Amino acid sequence: MRFSIYRYNPETDAKPRMQDYDIALDPIDRMLLDALIRIKAQDDTLSLRRSCREGVCGSDAMNINGKNGLACITKLTELKEPVVIRPLPGLPVIRDLIVDMSQFLKQYHSIKPYLQNDTPPPEQERLQSPQDREELNGLYECILCACCSTACPSFWWNPDKFVGPAGLLQAYRFLADTRDEATNERLDNLEDPYRLFRCHSIMNCVDVCPKGLNPTRAIGKIKELLVKRIV
Amino acid sequence: MAIAKRLFDAVVVGAGGSGLRAALHLAEAGLKVAVLSKVFPTRSHTVAAQGGVAAALGNSEEDNWHWHMYDTVKGSDYLGDQDAIEFMCRKANEAVYELEHFGMPFDRTPDGRIYQRPFGGHMQEYGRNPVQRACAAADRTGHAMLHTLYQRNVRARTQFFVEWMALDLIRDAEGDVLGVVAMEMESGEVMIFQGRATLLATGGAGRIFASSTNAFINTGDGLGMVARAGLPLQDMEFFQFHPTGVYGAGILITEGVRGEGGYLLNKNGERFMERYAPNAKDLASRDVVSRAMVTEIKEGRGVGKEADHLLLKLDHLGAEVINKRLPGIRDISIKFANVDPIQEPIPVVPTAHYMMGGIPGNYRGQVVAPGVSGAEEVVRGLYAAGECACVSVHGANRLGCNSLLDLLVFGRAAAQQIIEDLQREPHPKPLPGDAADRPLARLARLETQQDGESVAEVGAAMRRVMQAHCGVFRFGDLLEQGVARIKEVAARAAHTGIKDRSKVFNTARVEALELDNLIEVAMATMISAAARTESRGAHTRDDYPDRDDVNWLKHTLCFKDGPRLEFRPVHLKPLTVASFEPKARVY
Repeated sequence: MRFSIYRYNPETDAKPRMQDYDIALDPIDRMLLDALIRIKAQDDTLSLRRSCREGVCGSDAMNINGKNGLACITKLTELKEPVVIRPLPGLPVIRDLIVDMSQFLKQYHSIKPYLQNDTPPPEQERLQSPQDREELNGLYECILCACCSTACPSFWWNPDKFVGPAGLLQAYRFLADTRDEATNERLDNLEDPYRLFRCHSIMNCVDVCPKGLNPTRAIGKIKELLVKRIV
Repeated sequence: MAIAKRLFDAVVVGAGGSGLRAALHLAEAGLKVAVLSKVFPTRSHTVAAQGGVAAALGNSEEDNWHWHMYDTVKGSDYLGDQDAIEFMCRKANEAVYELEHFGMPFDRTPDGRIYQRPFGGHMQEYGRNPVQRACAAADRTGHAMLHTLYQRNVRARTQFFVEWMALDLIRDAEGDVLGVVAMEMESGEVMIFQGRATLLATGGAGRIFASSTNAFINTGDGLGMVARAGLPLQDMEFFQFHPTGVYGAGILITEGVRGEGGYLLNKNGERFMERYAPNAKDLASRDVVSRAMVTEIKEGRGVGKEADHLLLKLDHLGAEVINKRLPGIRDISIKFANVDPIQEPIPVVPTAHYMMGGIPGNYRGQVVAPGVSGAEEVVRGLYAAGECACVSVHGANRLGCNSLLDLLVFGRAAAQQIIEDLQREPHPKPLPGDAADRPLARLARLETQQDGESVAEVGAAMRRVMQAHCGVFRFGDLLEQGVARIKEVAARAAHTGIKDRSKVFNTARVEALELDNLIEVAMATMISAAARTESRGAHTRDDYPDRDDVNWLKHTLCFKDGPRLEFRPVHLKPLTVASFEPKARVY
């Protein structure tokens, strides 16, 4: 199978280049990550992140034939050749397929991604109805792979100011949690021309999310909460 | 060569469940903590835990920690240390409630409490009936827990060193541990992290096997560091094979599937676990179920073209239960097995999953080793928690959901011990002059090695040897050959070569360094397995089919020099309750 892979080593390359690989695959190679590991066994200078190889750790996000996704759950049989693989767009490349996630994580951290509740907890669990808990479905499952934010034109233009779909999805995860008491502070933190309102519902995030989550809907819900607060 | 140095109160190596739980406690106590991790914390392998965390909350059925303790001792095939097991089971409820207070999105019962499901080996009334003890967030409990703990650490402003790989421990002439030498992957820079306390929380080493549920990063780094520092590894012969890895891919399918009512079938469509465990059936301990499965396959009742796997049926649970309680499993099955479990059973096979052995420690998180004062002398400055540690709460076989509990309870306990120890000894000891010699020599070898064999090839050879010689059923002759073959592989591993010589994000170098650690784990596992001439828990010998409490009710300690073995007694005496005396194990 033929691959064309983005290569860049800051120590030896003046600029990035695409390198072709022709690889004989084994019948047990099912996913793109299997092929990349086979390539790396032949050329150990190819650098990429990977860990769980089952789509839960979020390490191996990359741009695959023009679309962001996780290599470990992208089936080889569904890929058109040559398979063109690039690092996630919009973030600085450290080397090959490895990007600097700092800006992405900074935005995640900016929404205070932790439960805020100053009421002393009971001795046992805080109660939450199954219906209230269901509100968190589609939110808490985010794996922070950055496929969504790095597919978002608004994030490309303003990565320092726009929280981006991943961060906003998590912002809503805590707004939606009946145990969280910081609703007003959270909304204050987002009520800004850039942080939330740079989302123009382009919906690339929904299109690429490897976990099938819907940041655009979560962003819409945050906007609803802001409107309700004014009324 | 002078290298940079930074001083911390505590250096935590690893940012999975136990590392994060410990770091949180240390940071909230106001200590200066450095948490080193090869990966961004939420990428640690705790993220892949599915079914639940064990605690006798009794939210749906009557339960108490005494029953949980009994199940854990029995599950361990009596090799677990009963003081540590009592400690863990007594602390379980508090640990889980605390996690809920941190924001963990547990599923809920109709009255708003934490949802609990049955799990293998967890029973009511000292082994009578399965009980709902696994506290779950759908089938993504580990993901929910890891993210919750990371988030709480963000709140506590814990200092992380992300994509830093610890290379070796620093020990002085008195044997005290004074920190670690680590390498930043992005720059290749090496630095000394001097720690008044060093906590290893580096997780498992499932990557010693060819077929494993484990992530690529599970390379036993803490164990390799400990072995190279001259300290022993304990009970390494006990490696858990999870009954249900996806056939061919090795991805974990949670025991929670059987907890929710799924069961295993052979080629005749027979629910064979009824024959092996008439009471608990598919919810017997993992060692029991995995042995039954391999027996079915060996006796010709496997399914598929090669008759080499079995089926996990859950379609009878209905789409609603599957989508609500097991959505991740459905996803994995569709992606990795091409079956939708709402319609079809999942092809599964026992797959290497969890290392019961590890760095010997006590229930306070202190690392212990034989010394002048006895078999369990505390190694000053060194602590271990989580899968890399052998406390030992899991003994010869871990119960499902006790691993996440282990992370929470012993992560916190180790941190608490560190806080107390640092109050007693407020000053750091001086670093020895040779603090960084070993890791620098390892790096220098990789820099200069000519015509070395590829890391990928040597690693594959190691995994093949472990898989063929040290599996679910073990044979005396195969183990003896295995020892010889793993020594050959170790010799090859000392001469690996990498083509990538750059500094920046040189993952070839990382993989070569990881192989050093894997080899230490594989060697200790094979040698300990060859030595233990009995069958206990996950260690099943064809030539010694029975448990032998007279000769083998003891922990194995494997030292790198030699390699040689020593043994130490099992703690049969709990902290406050009566001992559970060894008896025949029936499910």
